[in-house]
Amino acid sequence: MTTQEKTPKSVESRTAGQGSWWAGIPGIAYLIALVLGPIVIIVIYSFLSRAKFGVGVKWVFSVTAYQDLFFGESLAGGRTFDPTYLEIIGNSFWYSLITSVACLALSIPVAIWMATRPERVRTLLVFLVTIPFWTSLLIRTYSFIIILNDNGPINWALKSLHIITEPITMLYTPFATVLGLVYTFLPFMILPIYASAERFDFRLAEAAYDLGANRWTVLTRIVMPSVRPGIVAGTLLVFIPALGSFLAPELLGGGKTSMIANVIAAQFGASRNWPFGAALSVLLLVITLLVLVVFAVLARRASKASGNANWESLL
Amino acid sequence: MSARTKPVRVKGTGESLRDFPTFKLVSYLVLLFLYLPLVLVVAYSFNSNRVVTVWKGFTFSWYTNVLANDDIQRALMNSLRVAIVATVVSVIIATGLAIGLLRMHRAGRTFAWGLIGAPLIIPEIVFAIGTLALFVQIRIPLGVNAITLAHIAFCVPFALLPIRARLRGVDSAVYEAAADLGANEWVIFRRITLPLLMPGIVAGALLAFIISLDDFIVSYFLAGPGGTTLPVYIFGMIRNAITPGVNALSSMLLAVSILIVMISYLLTRKKR
Repeated sequence: MTTQEKTPKSVESRTAGQGSWWAGIPGIAYLIALVLGPIVIIVIYSFLSRAKFGVGVKWVFSVTAYQDLFFGESLAGGRTFDPTYLEIIGNSFWYSLITSVACLALSIPVAIWMATRPERVRTLLVFLVTIPFWTSLLIRTYSFIIILNDNGPINWALKSLHIITEPITMLYTPFATVLGLVYTFLPFMILPIYASAERFDFRLAEAAYDLGANRWTVLTRIVMPSVRPGIVAGTLLVFIPALGSFLAPELLGGGKTSMIANVIAAQFGASRNWPFGAALSVLLLVITLLVLVVFAVLARRASKASGNANWESLL
Repeated sequence: MSARTKPVRVKGTGESLRDFPTFKLVSYLVLLFLYLPLVLVVAYSFNSNRVVTVWKGFTFSWYTNVLANDDIQRALMNSLRVAIVATVVSVIIATGLAIGLLRMHRAGRTFAWGLIGAPLIIPEIVFAIGTLALFVQIRIPLGVNAITLAHIAFCVPFALLPIRARLRGVDSAVYEAAADLGANEWVIFRRITLPLLMPGIVAGALLAFIISLDDFIVSYFLAGPGGTTLPVYIFGMIRNAITPGVNALSSMLLAVSILIVMISYLLTRKKR
């Protein structure tokens, strides 16, 4: 061997050839510019004044955007308390909560059922649940316009069966919005709960039956505590994106059921009040972070054993 | 089949003690719920009636109709251009990050993960209008290039995960062996690391491609006058007049996504 000149380096470093930390620098620089950058600019814009005409901001410090969140301008020029936007924020919370609960109720049975299938079937089922996540959110949301409209398959079926004579209005209601949200985020709930359930040793359930427990007791006292980390992770993965949803309320709620994201979008579109849109975005970000912190605490409590049920487990 | 997966059965009934009543039924219904809407979108794309949900007869004409439309062709080209460039750049960035992350100190790694994960946590609308404000502020013109720049940022986490999973599976002895045999860092990267990572890189590229191709919200805000992508165009169609043409376009986009995710899945499938 005539490789004298290179060897000293590899003797020094146990991990020779594994590259160096600077390989990550271009990526970090890019993400600072295009992930951190947009957030920083949004925070700055939220403290600026509205541009007189159309697009952009005027570089004059102002907290008007934040005042606008809670106060409306009265005709006399003074400011009076206006709950319009608080109601929209409340609505967003409410829809996200219902969505999370509905997803939870559907996902627990599905995840446990999946986890008790033979290995091959489990792999296939995980794949089947994952596929919708990788399809266009726009198209998935659009599909409910087709399903729920007055001439859609549901109304057609009910009419054919003579259950109704006039179509039931389902599209452009809060119901449609929530249904769209549940449909969109269901895989996010099923997969983490499944990840927890898969690790559960179902011989423990059998042992519990041997000791005289009935099915309900086994489910609530033996299985459920073991899948709790998955439940916490899943609820987070559903609640947070649901809170910032744009497409479901936009397309299925028909403007009657605006959520925060729709108001933000309007400020950067027709309403042309960028600082106000930015202030709402900051508010949405702060709420998102607060929810994250709450869940982080809950997750720590729910499990010390499994730190695996995070967003990585989705991929 | 391991001992763990052999269920005990209730005497006489053949029913597994691991099964809970109704769970199977709920699961079948949920799977139906997940797929029926997509199936309906495709089914109605063959409807010869202009009114999507009132079935008249079978036709392929919406597909030929849609593919012959100049605006749609332009939107498709925009989408492909964005997705291809965003995929290539995000995969290069992600490969560097995967390697760099392993060698970073703790604080650096935490910061990097925060940046990588942020696009998944930040509401997409905030990311979209934040990028819009940034680009307007620093005078980057809106359009296809602006969309591409933004897509790269949220394609990185999707490209990164399969690459990182692959990298973690590499036995560090192979690097040592290569170094012992006289290969320098660059040769090791090109001849050892890169080939070993390739399945992860391809899988990551495929996922990044779908994520970019299917994105609507960010593209919508950054499109400007000339940057309409396919999802942005579809949104416009949904807004104006819903015809089975929307379904035909959607079905094609669905088919592409599902095909790509299947290939990616086959590439990363772990043999247990």
